[in-house]
Amino acid sequence: METIESYKLTHLEELEAESIHIIREVAAEFENPVMMYSIGKDSSVMVKLAQKAFAPGKIPFPLLHVDSNWKFQEMIKFRDTFCAENKIDLIVYKNEEGVKRGVGPFTHGSKVHTDIMKTQALLQALDKYHFDAAFGGARRDEEKSRAKERVFSFRDRFHQWDPKNQRPELWNLYNTEVHKGESIRVFPISNWTELDVWQYIRKEKIPIVPLYFAKEREIVDMDGQFILVDDERMPAEIAKRKEMRTVRFRTLGCYPLTGAVESTAATIEEIIEEMMVETKSERTTRVIDFDQDGSMEQKKREGYF
Amino acid sequence: MGIENLQTSQPSNLTTAKIEDFLAQDEKKDLLRLLTAGSVDDGKSTLIGRLLHDSKRLYDDQLESLKRDSKRVGNAGEEIDYALLLDGLKAEREQGITIDVAYRYFATSKRKFIIADTPGHEQYTRNMVTGASTAHLAIVLIDARKGVITQTKRHSFLISLLGIKHVIIAVNKMDLVDYDQAIFDNICQTYMEFTTRLNIPDMRFIPLSALKGDNIVDAGPNMPWYHGPSIMHLLETIPVSADRNFVDFRFPIQYVSRPDLDFRGYAGRIASGILRKGEEVVALPTGKTTRVATIESMGKQVDYAFPPASVMVTLEDEIDISRGDMLVRKNNQPHVGRHFEAMLVWMDETPMDLNQQFIIKHTTQKVKARLDLVRYQIDVNTTHRSESAVLKLNQIGRVVLTASRPLLFDSYRKNRQTGSFILIDPITNNTSAVGMIVDRIDAEKLPSRISSRSGKELGRTLISREEREKQIGQTAKTYWITGLHASGKNELAYRLEHTLFDQGKTVVVLDGNELRTTLNQELGFNKADRDENLRRVAEIAKLLNNQGLIVIAVFISPDKATREQVREIIGAQRFKEIFVDTPLEVCKSRDKKGLYQKADDGLLDHFPGVDFEYESGTADLVVADIETIEISDLI
Repeated sequence: METIESYKLTHLEELEAESIHIIREVAAEFENPVMMYSIGKDSSVMVKLAQKAFAPGKIPFPLLHVDSNWKFQEMIKFRDTFCAENKIDLIVYKNEEGVKRGVGPFTHGSKVHTDIMKTQALLQALDKYHFDAAFGGARRDEEKSRAKERVFSFRDRFHQWDPKNQRPELWNLYNTEVHKGESIRVFPISNWTELDVWQYIRKEKIPIVPLYFAKEREIVDMDGQFILVDDERMPAEIAKRKEMRTVRFRTLGCYPLTGAVESTAATIEEIIEEMMVETKSERTTRVIDFDQDGSMEQKKREGYF
Repeated sequence: MGIENLQTSQPSNLTTAKIEDFLAQDEKKDLLRLLTAGSVDDGKSTLIGRLLHDSKRLYDDQLESLKRDSKRVGNAGEEIDYALLLDGLKAEREQGITIDVAYRYFATSKRKFIIADTPGHEQYTRNMVTGASTAHLAIVLIDARKGVITQTKRHSFLISLLGIKHVIIAVNKMDLVDYDQAIFDNICQTYMEFTTRLNIPDMRFIPLSALKGDNIVDAGPNMPWYHGPSIMHLLETIPVSADRNFVDFRFPIQYVSRPDLDFRGYAGRIASGILRKGEEVVALPTGKTTRVATIESMGKQVDYAFPPASVMVTLEDEIDISRGDMLVRKNNQPHVGRHFEAMLVWMDETPMDLNQQFIIKHTTQKVKARLDLVRYQIDVNTTHRSESAVLKLNQIGRVVLTASRPLLFDSYRKNRQTGSFILIDPITNNTSAVGMIVDRIDAEKLPSRISSRSGKELGRTLISREEREKQIGQTAKTYWITGLHASGKNELAYRLEHTLFDQGKTVVVLDGNELRTTLNQELGFNKADRDENLRRVAEIAKLLNNQGLIVIAVFISPDKATREQVREIIGAQRFKEIFVDTPLEVCKSRDKKGLYQKADDGLLDHFPGVDFEYESGTADLVVADIETIEISDLI
């Protein structure tokens, strides 16, 4: 029976409707948009929403993966298979200058590596392709400074964000105006929580990188973080401490900078269950956020997503 | 089984069956967006921190970092400072105030919530308006010790202006007034008296102590005299989905999808009403009719869809539709117009400039627009109206606007989606203002502003008008001949032209009929277009006068306010308005084109003298009878 009560969306449906609206708005209003693709679960949800937004057509803009050269091997494998199977137009960008100079977290530390291979690489890619809009999979509930960022977040010519000077954002009327060289970062899943993301992955059967699921893996304990021995670039004196543990990853990034958590959660249901009783929020396993208080805000001002 | 149970349980206590129950239940929850209004002093951040805390969504490490922060800048002594959880940005944290809109998320076993947290300070009206624009419900915090203060009134006015239907008035810090019922009752009374002038259909009053936890989740022992629900209970149960407009079907086309030649889909978000497969729809502005062939929503083919779903529809007939167009029902259509009124909130540091052009973004349309005038400014603290030429940051006023192309709109009161818009400054690209369309006065009766108020002399030449006048031996002047259709204006104009010509003057006649079919051929006969017609004529006359030429302009120009602006554009000292005051009956008998007959038959709208009044009273000279007038008397 159709009643006024049946005209009601669930929270996931409402979030989905909002995200699809945002994604279509970008496709309609910008000349050269791109979707940042980190291969993580949030990116996977964002790509799924983009597919839905334009079905039966294909996504009318490319995906961009900024490859820091230190991603987990399984991520790269997943990326290439997923994009090929889904006929997705993928751009992979690496800071070749950084690669040539051998920049990496073991030799240069997390700060320098992240700056050169992630932040600088991203800025180089945006400049090279002249994108006027770039989607990011950030959520407002992840981190304090993100709670205040707009869905359509303006960046000046130098890709910088000014938290004090953000455009007001009302209703679902997004200001998409930019001058040449300026751009907008767009966050279509701003209003999703971590639980929403997992629920949606479960409901829509969205494929994700197997690293999210618990498995016996070769890891070393580095300053209290369980780091996967992913390739031979890990210095031998560290790699020799390797041990087998049943772990999974709550976030994915550069393997030397992403800690695993001990877990037996091998299904999405088990992950959600673990999350509900878990006492640490997801970014604690990312080394870069610990640099200093307010460090994410600092990075965002400089152009990091 | 609720989320609370889950979160307090240990991992080993959970079975897979339980988590699946939880997920099945969680999937069905709806979403409530709420706004919290009040200042740090009212304990607003403490209340939000409490809601988050008590819904057990605070992760331990956030709590740890909180303890670290509290030692450095915390304001709450040894106790946990919940407010620090909310003040996100570094610079602001040191100041101890939140200065922007921050969004927070929490869930209970019944609902998911998004809180828009906005500050209470006067200079940040724009932030509160931002948070309110998407909220279903607002919590207005009142400090029990202070009662209803100016800030409370300001918040309530903005909530009413933005059309939030449900308001919880949370009288906080009851612990500091000994949980005194009389104080609570008194505040409720004062608040209700104040809000009789506002439009808030659902108000609930709750006494609480956010710090101690009274009436947050449970009643607690301190206020046995209060028998109502706790704030959490209210938030979980207030029905909000029925607040949407399910009656007036409006579907603004957001994106046209043409992946191949066989498929043409129209994507968008349903603004209001129900979209049904097989039903007849009208595409505006073309007015073409077709039927809905398919609807895809959430990845599935469906028979009907409702707001706020994002859908992709296909239509039975191939008709030309693009972004900005709207699908509606034949017997329920929005207004189509360029000229309208709105309540405007100025959001820009730079004050309003009436001479500037803006981009208006409304539904999925983006067109140029200008501000005609500010009817009045409204004081957010007292709701008193006052005259004001322009609006500045955080000021609110009722304004008249004209868009360069017709918009498809409803009043904001009736339809939040088709009644709202933003104004973008095309130079800075800032969102300068946001507006809510008011639809009480017929667009025909709205004033428009066609004269420039900049006072700037642009394109200054080295030859002055005086020098040109001296060379050709005449004084530049504009004779503006006005009067009803077929009153004999043209006859008079050409006699005047001839007389001046014979005197050796250089003279140009600007004839209404001629300009309407040439320079101004795209303009219609609605108020906005008629005014635009005269604005262009006035600017041409001014240009010609500046060249030393004499102009005779022949236009019905029935609107007194518009003629006054024409005079202003051209310059009063060079302007002579001549009103040909031929009686209507005589005009009708002289009407060779039969326009009066058509207007009388209802075939022509807005015809001066028939369904539209000619407003006299501004003329420098009135010609009662064109047969007897001496042309020399006109000069």
